[in-house]
Amino acid sequence: MTSSHPPVLDFAADFDHMDPAWVADPYPIWDDLRHRCPIAHSDRYGGVWLPTRHEDISAIAYDTDHFSSRGVIVSELKPIIEAPVGPAPPITSDPPFHSLARRLLLPAFSPRAIAAWEPATRQLCRDLLDGLGDADACDAAADYAQHIPPSVIARMLGLPPEDDGVFRDFVHHVIETVDADPETRQAGFARFDEYLDGHIAEHAAYPRDDLISYLLEAEIGGAHLSPTHVRGTVVLLLIAGVDTTWSAIGAALWHLGSHADDRQRLVAEPELMDRAVEELLRAYAPVTMARLVARDVELAGCPMKAGDWVLLPFPAANRDPDFFERADEVVIDRELNRHAAFGLGIHRCLGSNLARLEVRVAIEEWLSRFPDFEVTDQAAVMWASGQVRGPRQVPVRILAPR
Amino acid sequence: MRVHVDQERCQGHNRCFALAPNLFDVDDYGLAHELHDGVVAPGDEHQARVAAANCPEFAIVIDEEG
Repeated sequence: MTSSHPPVLDFAADFDHMDPAWVADPYPIWDDLRHRCPIAHSDRYGGVWLPTRHEDISAIAYDTDHFSSRGVIVSELKPIIEAPVGPAPPITSDPPFHSLARRLLLPAFSPRAIAAWEPATRQLCRDLLDGLGDADACDAAADYAQHIPPSVIARMLGLPPEDDGVFRDFVHHVIETVDADPETRQAGFARFDEYLDGHIAEHAAYPRDDLISYLLEAEIGGAHLSPTHVRGTVVLLLIAGVDTTWSAIGAALWHLGSHADDRQRLVAEPELMDRAVEELLRAYAPVTMARLVARDVELAGCPMKAGDWVLLPFPAANRDPDFFERADEVVIDRELNRHAAFGLGIHRCLGSNLARLEVRVAIEEWLSRFPDFEVTDQAAVMWASGQVRGPRQVPVRILAPR
Repeated sequence: MRVHVDQERCQGHNRCFALAPNLFDVDDYGLAHELHDGVVAPGDEHQARVAAANCPEFAIVIDEEG
């Protein structure tokens, strides 16, 4: 999607995360700002700040008094539903409500609960690879990575997995139309709300063993969740569970298809897989969050005013050379890796265990089928715009199918 | 050596449990705690340090003398 905003000439004073230069390659921009600012500002989107150092990004993530999660996607439209609940609890919730809404969901995403999804995830990956047949070329993002997360989260929620195209269209609308006019943006939300309301009503009539039924049964303080809370949480799990992990899988396969040394090492030393997954998550962390300034505050000399947006680029924290050695390199067997790909503080990604499982299994199954492959045309690799960064197209040539 | 998970800092990233399941466990909410009163058996010291160094929240405290 092309931005409707004018091109950025100076990222320190007028940055825009939808700008084509940022979308294509944000890392040099962040490196430059870290030295120059280190917190940039832009009047776009009604005023938005951009920290680039790990130190400032973590300080904001930890300070829930001054930085509200009522808005987590920077757009021309500020959220209508106020904290502490927000439109998609608990990611859009602030304390104290946040921990109540989060605690409801944590058990379904605990390490042991998520481990139970490994066989189904592995089978899904194998079926997708079977579907590629013995083609000698394919798209690792469009033909493979993009189909994995929507199918898994749909099954967890109790939505038809074959609707994955509906989920993807909606998620792209949420993430990639942030510079569209508010009416266009609202209309897209309303269409999807209608889709979900149908499925939620059906679950209310016929409960079953899935997350939507669980949410309809759940209580906070002795009362069932409001319909908007249930729908908001389903929206959250879809948004958070679709593009993010697809982006991480796509970026990992793009890296391995562009760096033969790392690919060959991972095939030869599969015991490095866990470290490799963490390093690829660090280097290509997909998710940038956002906050709204709740009360005036000064950070690193910047006067932040109530109502200002703040982008929270965890991918930039992961590339901070003051925090990581060889921050700008992928060290595929990096042992010490305190990365922030899943955020920091009370909003740590609820689905991080699921994401790690999907990324690991997707890479394992791909390399098992295609140990030797390469990206054919780097110019055709298109990176998604907005706050979730990942490759939408990764054309590859299969060199030696197994 | 002893290890301790600071419950105020742990956010359930699950890195310690993945890297050193003989030293840490997680509850139903994914939040971590140390096993065996935090006592690190001889030979597990490196694993303990790696787990601590991978915690995004700096939640793991190591007492080298403990």
